[in-house]
Amino acid sequence: MSERLSDASVAGGTVTLPPGRAYGALGDRLFHAVVLGCALLVLVILLAAALSMLWGGWDAFSTFGLGFLYGTEWNPVTRQFAALVPIYGTLVTSAIAMIIGVPISLGIAIFVTEIAPRWLRGPISGAIELLAGIPSIIYGMWGLFTFVPFMSDHVQPWLIDNLGPLPIIGILFDGVPLGIGMLTAGIILAIMVIPFISSVMRDVFLVVEPSLKESAYALGSTKWEVIRDIVLPQTRTAVVGGIFLGLGRALGETMAVTFVLGNAQNISASLMAPGNSIAAAIANEFTEADSQIYLSSLIALGFVLFVVTFIVLALAKLMLLRMARQRGE
Amino acid sequence: MRGETQTTAERTNCAAESASAGKLALDNVNFYYGDTQALKDVSLVFPEREVSALIGPSGCGKSTLLRILNKIYAIYPHQRATGAVLLDGQNILADNYPTNALRARVGMVFQKPVPFPMSIYENVAYGVRHHEKLRKSEMDARVEEALIQSALWDEVKDKLSSSGLSLSGGQQQRLCIARAVALRPEVLLLDEPTSALDPISTAKIEELISQIKTKFTIVIVTHNMQQASRISDNTAFMYLGQLIEYDKTATMFQNPTQKQTEDYITGRYG
Amino acid sequence: MNTNGSIYRRRQIRSIGALTLATLATAVGLFLLVWILGSTFINGLAAISPRLFTQMTPPPGSDGGLLNAFFGSFLMVMLATVIGTPIGIAAGTFLAEYNRNGKLSAVIRFVNDILLSAPSIIIGLFVYELVVRQTGHFSGYAGGIALSFILLPVVVRTTDEMLRLVPDVMREAALSLGIPRWKMITDVLYKAARAGILTGVLLAIARISGETAPLLFTALNNQYWSADLSQPMANVPVVIFQYAMSPYDQWHTLAWAGAFIMTFFILLLSVVSRLVLNKRKSF
Repeated sequence: MSERLSDASVAGGTVTLPPGRAYGALGDRLFHAVVLGCALLVLVILLAAALSMLWGGWDAFSTFGLGFLYGTEWNPVTRQFAALVPIYGTLVTSAIAMIIGVPISLGIAIFVTEIAPRWLRGPISGAIELLAGIPSIIYGMWGLFTFVPFMSDHVQPWLIDNLGPLPIIGILFDGVPLGIGMLTAGIILAIMVIPFISSVMRDVFLVVEPSLKESAYALGSTKWEVIRDIVLPQTRTAVVGGIFLGLGRALGETMAVTFVLGNAQNISASLMAPGNSIAAAIANEFTEADSQIYLSSLIALGFVLFVVTFIVLALAKLMLLRMARQRGE
Repeated sequence: MRGETQTTAERTNCAAESASAGKLALDNVNFYYGDTQALKDVSLVFPEREVSALIGPSGCGKSTLLRILNKIYAIYPHQRATGAVLLDGQNILADNYPTNALRARVGMVFQKPVPFPMSIYENVAYGVRHHEKLRKSEMDARVEEALIQSALWDEVKDKLSSSGLSLSGGQQQRLCIARAVALRPEVLLLDEPTSALDPISTAKIEELISQIKTKFTIVIVTHNMQQASRISDNTAFMYLGQLIEYDKTATMFQNPTQKQTEDYITGRYG
Repeated sequence: MNTNGSIYRRRQIRSIGALTLATLATAVGLFLLVWILGSTFINGLAAISPRLFTQMTPPPGSDGGLLNAFFGSFLMVMLATVIGTPIGIAAGTFLAEYNRNGKLSAVIRFVNDILLSAPSIIIGLFVYELVVRQTGHFSGYAGGIALSFILLPVVVRTTDEMLRLVPDVMREAALSLGIPRWKMITDVLYKAARAGILTGVLLAIARISGETAPLLFTALNNQYWSADLSQPMANVPVVIFQYAMSPYDQWHTLAWAGAFIMTFFILLLSVVSRLVLNKRKSF
């Protein structure tokens, strides 16, 4: 009969084991150490990124102090740098992106989950996700060569003529139809964040308890009423989480905005005017920075962006986690 | 005898009275999931080369007991066992007993057929490869031997390189049995091996169990009493984590000594 | 009954109105997709010529190709994949197998997801400080490392999720054979989750192939052919950026050609990776 492992003596300490298992325990310990190290690397990367940008921007922060954040002078010649213009542009373009993008995302999510027949869901979702797969530089190219002329020839003149004369909001639509500018950038950003926001919404809408919706229908609710009164309140946390996710992307988007924002050095109230964003400023000027303080100011800008997007994305994640916990995942 | 309180030791009427005569013996085993106790003072002996069945209603601890026998519970941090489990007289629950060596001697087949994502040949050879260094011809022979024992050889001998997942449910389970017996273990643990299968596959597997019991000591958990009475030599009835009665199968089903046992067997509760 | 009828009709109209708006929104989304892709396709196709693959990036005002850019991108993407994939799989393995519901894993998953959505220009700045500042010059290595930091979180998350999908029985079945844990993971679990992990890697590659910002001040760009990763390296996204922003028509044409090929490649990769996942749902 063949050898059995029970033939090896176990009692009394050493077992003569075939080579395969001699390093079982050692292999386990090594493997554990390797995977743990790689996992910790993720944390290290985030920390190192934050620290390195703080370090790089230190010159600017220590030279200009808190005024860096609200000053408007960005002058490479006199070496005075302050971040309000790019910060303003980042906030305004992202706000436009949200104002335009969120309703459209919501519409798409509602369409996919409530209106479209089942067989259409996959293709439409897939098509919208394609938008997410298009690299941002393509959005920039399309923006610059196709969308900007469209804006300057058709949209902006209409806005300037019809909304410009209105009181209060008229200042938003003052100016010359250049095509480029904060509105154009905001619209392109909206297109970019739509797939992200709508896919989060769609995923959450799909897991609402069917029995909840059915009871509402049984009471005679219309489809819209079920969405408004049952689905949306149920998924509120995740929807907001998805919106924050989109916001986080919009704030940090570089290439799409760099092409069409215009790289201005002034703050302007009009949405038709060129502006600047943190990411666009860094992208446009980094390789041309000719002084240490210039470079440090750009890195300091990066640090500001990092902090803001980190907070927004962390909030988004917390909200999405809370929704998942509520659902018992 | 009915209704009288008995010690656990007295309740275990089985062929081998003392621990040293059995292949695998439990001595006052308690088991905990975190703070919850799942097994209370269980002692019994599984005789060598016989089929012993564990039966009882859901939650009685039969699967828990089975999973102590190859220490598979130990991969979960909040599960622990106290007492002694003696394999050929040595306590496998001791800290210094090598777990991987244990599992080469005590094999397990699970309720859900779970072939590895490999070819049929590789599925069977996988465990062997880890423990022994065999030449190709020896390995071929070992794989064939295992597949013959699990009554699968004729059906797969021409497609050993196709994926294990291409087989039907019943065939997959026989592949899992082949995988376990390829290591030539001394004890085979079967955790409800046929509950996920159709009646024909079930019959095939029950038949192969009867054939291979001459080679292995088999402990089988089943929720199907008829299966226990068909294929086992000894049966243990458990309830709420305690061993209620343990006897030769024939005696157990015809003449149980405990009222609880009789109630379960006659279907008064499931 | 009449008043109820008209209230009901009003609610119906409101519902139809809302649903129509939702449909319109979807139509707008699809229209934009077609517009953007169509534009890229039309402009890019017009700019395609065999020269793209035989000549290098030209000086202003002349014709040329993108060969050095394609090659440079290829090298850096490969470098990023080779660095990021093993580390990502290892990290994902830790999250799924060693600390699945633990606090440390929760923190790491949280941070990982933030890195995943973080602006890529931040990564560029980080690698600038980490590599370019330290070595004193821009290089293909810096570019590859920057891309690997973008690839890594995707692979970590995919590996984590795909491993968690493998049922516990499979783990127990392997361990019951006396296999040590690390071998169970590498022999059985990785095989079982193979299709999903591969899909994640392919999608990550698709993503980093299109990234511009992290390369702007790490790899920079290179007018000439170079296979030297320790020097600035040509790459498609930065070339497109420079050429598109320039005033030269020939450069614009090349930019469109590059954009078209890049988009085509990325979309192809996305589709292929989904097919891989659907075809081999094996465990």
